[in-house]
Amino acid sequence: MLRDEDRIFTNLFGFESFSLEAARARGDWDQTPELIAKGREWIISEVKDSGLRGRGGAGFSAGLKWSFMPKKTDGGPVYLVVNADEGEPGTCKDRDILRHEPHKLLEGCLYAGVAIGATACYIYVRGEFYDEAANVQRAIDEAYEAGLLGKNACGTGYDYDIYLHRGAGAYICGEETALIESLEGKKGQPRNKPPFPAQAGLYSRPTTVNNVETIAQVPEILRRGATWFANLGRPKNTGTKLFCISGHVNHPCNVEEVMGIPLRELIDRHCGGVRGGWDNLLAVIPGGSSTPLLPRTVCDTVLMDFDSLREAGSGLGTAAVIVMDKSTDIVEAIARLSRFYAHESCGQCTPCREGTGWLMRVMNRLVKGNARLEEIDMLQEVTKQIEGHTICALGDAAAWPVQGLIRHFRPELERRILAYRSARRVAA
Amino acid sequence: MPKLTIDGMPIEVEPGTSVLQACEMLGVEVPRFCYHDRLSVAANCRMCLVEMEKAPKPVASCAMPCSEGMVIKTNSPLARNARRGVMEFLLINHPLDCPICDQGGECDLQDQAMAYGFDRGRYGETKRAVKDKELGPLIKTVMTRCIHCTRCIRFAEEIAGVPELGATGRGEHMEVGTYIEQAITSELSGNLVDVCPVGALTSKPYAFSARPWELRKAESIDVLDAVGSNIRIDLRGGEVLRVLPRLNDDVNEEWISDKTRYACDGLKRQRLDRPFIRRDGKLKPASWNEAFAAIAARLKGVPGERIAALAGDLCDAEAMVALKDLMAGLGSPNLDCRQDGAAFDTSCRAGYLFNSTIAGIEKADVILLVGTDPRHEAPLVNARIRKRYRRGGLQVGVIGPGVDLTYPTTYLGAGPPTLQEIAEGRHDFAAKLKAAKHPLLILGAGALARPDGLAVQAAARLVAESCGLIRDGWNGYNVLQLAAARVGGLDLGFLPGTDGRGTRGILDGAGKGEIEVVFLLGADEIDASRLGQAFVIYQGHHGDRGAHRADVVLPGAAYTEKNGTYVNTEGRPQQGRRANFPPGEAREDWTILRALSEVLGCKLPYDSLAQIRQRLVDANPVFAHTDAVIAAAWGSFGQPGSLDGPPFKSPIENFYMTDPISRASVTMAQCAEAFVSPATGKTGTHG
Repeated sequence: MLRDEDRIFTNLFGFESFSLEAARARGDWDQTPELIAKGREWIISEVKDSGLRGRGGAGFSAGLKWSFMPKKTDGGPVYLVVNADEGEPGTCKDRDILRHEPHKLLEGCLYAGVAIGATACYIYVRGEFYDEAANVQRAIDEAYEAGLLGKNACGTGYDYDIYLHRGAGAYICGEETALIESLEGKKGQPRNKPPFPAQAGLYSRPTTVNNVETIAQVPEILRRGATWFANLGRPKNTGTKLFCISGHVNHPCNVEEVMGIPLRELIDRHCGGVRGGWDNLLAVIPGGSSTPLLPRTVCDTVLMDFDSLREAGSGLGTAAVIVMDKSTDIVEAIARLSRFYAHESCGQCTPCREGTGWLMRVMNRLVKGNARLEEIDMLQEVTKQIEGHTICALGDAAAWPVQGLIRHFRPELERRILAYRSARRVAA
Repeated sequence: MPKLTIDGMPIEVEPGTSVLQACEMLGVEVPRFCYHDRLSVAANCRMCLVEMEKAPKPVASCAMPCSEGMVIKTNSPLARNARRGVMEFLLINHPLDCPICDQGGECDLQDQAMAYGFDRGRYGETKRAVKDKELGPLIKTVMTRCIHCTRCIRFAEEIAGVPELGATGRGEHMEVGTYIEQAITSELSGNLVDVCPVGALTSKPYAFSARPWELRKAESIDVLDAVGSNIRIDLRGGEVLRVLPRLNDDVNEEWISDKTRYACDGLKRQRLDRPFIRRDGKLKPASWNEAFAAIAARLKGVPGERIAALAGDLCDAEAMVALKDLMAGLGSPNLDCRQDGAAFDTSCRAGYLFNSTIAGIEKADVILLVGTDPRHEAPLVNARIRKRYRRGGLQVGVIGPGVDLTYPTTYLGAGPPTLQEIAEGRHDFAAKLKAAKHPLLILGAGALARPDGLAVQAAARLVAESCGLIRDGWNGYNVLQLAAARVGGLDLGFLPGTDGRGTRGILDGAGKGEIEVVFLLGADEIDASRLGQAFVIYQGHHGDRGAHRADVVLPGAAYTEKNGTYVNTEGRPQQGRRANFPPGEAREDWTILRALSEVLGCKLPYDSLAQIRQRLVDANPVFAHTDAVIAAAWGSFGQPGSLDGPPFKSPIENFYMTDPISRASVTMAQCAEAFVSPATGKTGTHG
């Protein structure tokens, strides 16, 4: 249970204004010149020591990522790109940061910029986030007016520009290299790695792409110190995290909690419990649509952090907890996700382009049970043929939910197939 | 130099080499669809996945650079499974209509499905169908077959320089096309058919003509421009069905222009298949003996200086040397191989060659184009310039027609005065040329065919000398010739002899009656109305302008029907090989001249191809060095003069119809209608 004084996003619910004045009152932009004066290496080591892992889904150490950026450049530009293209179904944490805490993000952008030696920062906001983009733009304007950004930012002698760019509503543009392509004005399709963005990213320049939440947590880490952050949560899974709980709970909500909180505690304490009580729980998708679902038995005990969920055969992802009670048609729920991934596949590489459509069609039939029993194994094999063979992780994301379904609900699939068959036999 | 291990074999490679390239060096086969040597790496087909130790998942070998200590397995269970999976995905939405697909038999997908695919399908859903796209008269599309490798998109953008193709839609709905339906406006568009690994893009004129295994293949040289592209001629029986490029990195890499590829249907139309003699104003069929007798009768008693010969653009060197020797036997000094009337200085070989060589363009950093439109005069030279441009740091200045060359250019001026300014160092561009490491000047053949050609040539030489284009190991002075026969003719000295007349003199003389007999060896680009009352002998393969004016027609062989030597614009002698026989009674050209010489009483001293080839070497030693470029020594040429003539313009108005073969081609006519002069004002009911 997170204590109130450890809370980073104190205006997550938007009870106060997002303006610069209100943000300052909450402690944003405090000691900024002093923190910057401590230098690039200090910021990186502080973030490394805090154990902050990327909040976009992959959970890679943010400090380590920054340290990959070239220490010396040829004098050309270096970019920080903030991924605010939050599109993972079930996720709405970045949305609330953009809406209510834009100055935390901007301040974080400045520190991250110093840490990687960036000359400019681009915030790529999801196209559907119209109001959010407007709020961020207002915050940027305020920060420029106050001299916090732009030439000689915060009086530190550091020139730093932040630009806001709005996407056009493609899920794939949340993938960091597709985002870079889109930012360059091209069709949003992921790039091959290597080269990684740290070597050749935006306009072929060294680039770091970070999630909104990751960046927005940085100012508090620097102000309160790495130890404070590292002492929250569990080893290697430190700090606080925004959880987005949706679905069959009494009060769906966005909440900041400590990493490693038990799933059951998270749901019971913040969401008023599962609709109809814990026993009415069927399954939970713990980290956004791409993570495999967890059946009720696992949900009883699992902790909400990167490593625990990985051990449980799923992942923390974006920490978008989708709760499904026993009224859920679980096959239809996963089929809906398969339709989503078939719709959002960029079409660039073969396994994802062809495979997501195949999954979708088989899943659609499985909803009614219109399939053969062998097709369950075939479906599993097809997901394995997609997983790990694609340019980006969208292929994996399409494969995992189906794998999770087969792993935990195979009897349900078989039941439907047999029921469909016998119904037809009777009719015949 | 990273060292790595592939399938247990160690190899050391240049930094930047991809794993796939390293595999190729070792002879390890890695299947691929999207990867192409000359295009950027897309890594989207995923067929080339291999296992890399310490990597959690298989890697795309085409996009993975080799690094020290890598251990690659191309045939491990992991790699095999990945490949089989990708193969299955590629096939689930492929129509599998191989029996009616023109790519069948030479299809990458077909071949690799044999090697790496399942033996049955398990995809029971409905297959995708995609609407076909209309890409003009050359490319037939069956887009349902497309496997989205994006090779065509990359070719159009990177090599052809026309970013007209792209992918629209996402996921399964991704379609390759032009978005707004239009023909691909490139002179290299036929190569899209070659780069397409499946039957999505196939040759429209060749559609449903033959299967690859029915074809006989002959390697030859293209003659429809002066590049001398290396080609493969595919025939069934005696019929030329298609022309494909052959790899030659020094000349055409692996591309050919659309004219080279698609004009071959012109070889079957309007052919001269027997001798003709004009009787009562009409050409009447005749036998060879009658034709020779008619020529002998007309030539009797005509002094040499009243006889003249012109060689055309498609002539092989063998025929030209035979005609030259025949004219010498008849005592005529009036001969010219430049039917465009150019009268430039030929005393120095470097003065009319593309000295830097085509591959040398890749070294250039500043290029000055003078009176040339390389995109239409030699599309492959243009493609080389674009290739160089894509590497960055190239500046191109243009004097002459301001046309879209597929790379950015700086327009310097329209005509000779600008050239003079540069020659005299009064122009900014002169400084750029001087500062360049490998400056290059390309002078169009059109600029030399003007009345002030000699002065233009001299000015260009002055630019070359004053701006440092000529240095040790580098000669940046280039003439871009237009005709395959031209350099060969110049090298053989098929030029006016002492007191002889050139093209203009011959035409003037014929008009005035001072020239009584004109021998046209495939010369069709002259103004035949200026031949006056002269007795015209036309030897050639098509009933084109020359034959229409002729009094005696001797049917010759087209380039696919004879063993001929052609010297390209670089001065590279290359030998085309006979792929089929000339139609009817037509014969190889030099044998006709050899036979005629006997009737005329000045028998030529060669009876075999080997002997006449020896005669070529005697006439000019460069002919001994087949396929090689012998650097020409620099010297003085040209004649300074007034340079205030009209603006330069390219002699090519219609790229698709420049010679008797392409003018006889139906496909080229369709291209001309589609690209050169689209019929405007069509109504909805227009045929």
